[in-house]
Amino acid sequence: MSEFILETTGLTKEFKGFVAVSNVDLKVRRGDIHALIGPNGAGKTTVFNLLTKFLPPTSGRIMFDGQDITHEAPAATARRGLVRSFQISATFPHLTVMENVRIGLQRKLGTAFHFWRSKKSLDMLNGEAMALLDAVDLTQFADTVTAEMPYGRKRALEIATTLALDPPMMLLDEPTQGMGNEDIGRVVELIRKVSAQRTILMVEHNLSVVAHLCNRITVLTRGSVLAEGSYAEVSKNPKVLEAYVGSDDMNDAHH
Amino acid sequence: MTNNDSMFARAMPALMTGLFVLGLVAPFMMYPTFLMKMLCFGLFACAFNLLLGFAGLLSFGHAAFLGSAGYICGMLVRDLGVTPELGILGGTLAAGALGWVFGVLAIRRTGIYFAMITLALSQMVYFIVLQWKATGGEDGLQGVPRGHLFGVIDLSNNLAMYYLVFAVFCIGFFIIHRAIHSPFGEILKAIRENEPRAVSLGYDVAKFKLLAFVISASLAGMAGATKTLVFQLASLTDVHWHMSGEVVLMTLLGGLGTIFGPLVGASVIVALQSELADKVGSWVTVIMGVIFVLCVLLFRRGIVGELQALIRRSGVN
Repeated sequence: MSEFILETTGLTKEFKGFVAVSNVDLKVRRGDIHALIGPNGAGKTTVFNLLTKFLPPTSGRIMFDGQDITHEAPAATARRGLVRSFQISATFPHLTVMENVRIGLQRKLGTAFHFWRSKKSLDMLNGEAMALLDAVDLTQFADTVTAEMPYGRKRALEIATTLALDPPMMLLDEPTQGMGNEDIGRVVELIRKVSAQRTILMVEHNLSVVAHLCNRITVLTRGSVLAEGSYAEVSKNPKVLEAYVGSDDMNDAHH
Repeated sequence: MTNNDSMFARAMPALMTGLFVLGLVAPFMMYPTFLMKMLCFGLFACAFNLLLGFAGLLSFGHAAFLGSAGYICGMLVRDLGVTPELGILGGTLAAGALGWVFGVLAIRRTGIYFAMITLALSQMVYFIVLQWKATGGEDGLQGVPRGHLFGVIDLSNNLAMYYLVFAVFCIGFFIIHRAIHSPFGEILKAIRENEPRAVSLGYDVAKFKLLAFVISASLAGMAGATKTLVFQLASLTDVHWHMSGEVVLMTLLGGLGTIFGPLVGASVIVALQSELADKVGSWVTVIMGVIFVLCVLLFRRGIVGELQALIRRSGVN
């Protein structure tokens, strides 16, 4: 087994002449919490979309767990265990919290196409679903319709639904975006907790979160890798400081 | 909201039993042919609702399934002399196969493009039916015998025919109801709510949409095949794009995404058409248009949807 769970070589994405991601070689070590940071428009979300196959790359190669997944369908990549979240909270708003988690658990039953079978056959998943909700502290919300929950709780639900797949690697797109300090603390603890047996790659704007949580950081500007290393190394790098000049992002770290 | 939903769930068996009994005694109170027409269009609208209301896919070509199944059933029964139940089965399977072809071609696109592709394909079906000798061109397929069910029960008796139609409706309705409340239905709801998230959880959404499309097309075909036997005729109106529009109206008027809405909507439209046809002639079309506009402007949840909302509100207060 290779030291790196995810590797890209020369990953490039062009949109009609505009190069959003240029020749990115990204290596994510097994078990790390790896952050992808950079100013707005640096191409972080595009990299996420490429890694999870929501966009096809213009050129380059993506290896996950020793397999070439460059040309795979997005759902197939998810089934391999490379599962993403989204910048905007990704829940099923009109289903209950319990039903949301069950959607994640349901696939392994192999009955997802069974339109003749009763929905009651899914009740056998309820115990497991409750355990997952318990892990993210949502037990008392189990029967709540998701749309009626506060934003921070929805992010927690999203993580619980992702955990239902028990993926070896999770990609989190700005998990603390739009949150108050209290919620941020809760989500940071949650990510630390679930990172125990898996690898996490996250896009994050809040540099204090990155400093506290992540053991490796890749800085992206204008679609290219500018620097890589621990937070201490990266934050002293003059090129990185220069890239952040005029942006408020670096100041956020000291809040 | 949760409590009210479970209240609806508890009331459901009683409501279904009541409607079932009503369906059994209805032909003694009303004109059976009218009831049969209502049930055929009710099933057609329910099948359409499965696709639009629960999978979020707006097909503008559902007449192709209703109509082609009607023609296939008619040709099987009239020209090949098969029994009526096999005619219905043949029509249903043919519509399902056609639905698979439509689905494979249309599902790659979403929204208006999806609707346009289904419309274009259904127009192709319309012109084939119009031009082909075997389908009778502008005359349609006339003189289809009702025959004997299982070779035994004479369907020229209107009451016997009614109970066959009622049975077909119940089977179709049960399949739709079960599909909505199945593991498959759960994934369908998830896809409608948040498609990228469903993909990121490892579901091949195109396959789920395709299955929903095929089920919907098959049941629309089942309605069309049965209708051909009732009226002993398969006509061009059943494959015309007007019919594709009418089923949208029926579903929206009754209540999109509700279990009984499409049946109610179809009943109202069929009743209005047969009541008004003698009195106002071609003004019927104008009246339908006004109803459609009012429905979209004033009660967007449809008749059943608004009723449910009313009960919910009074339950909260």
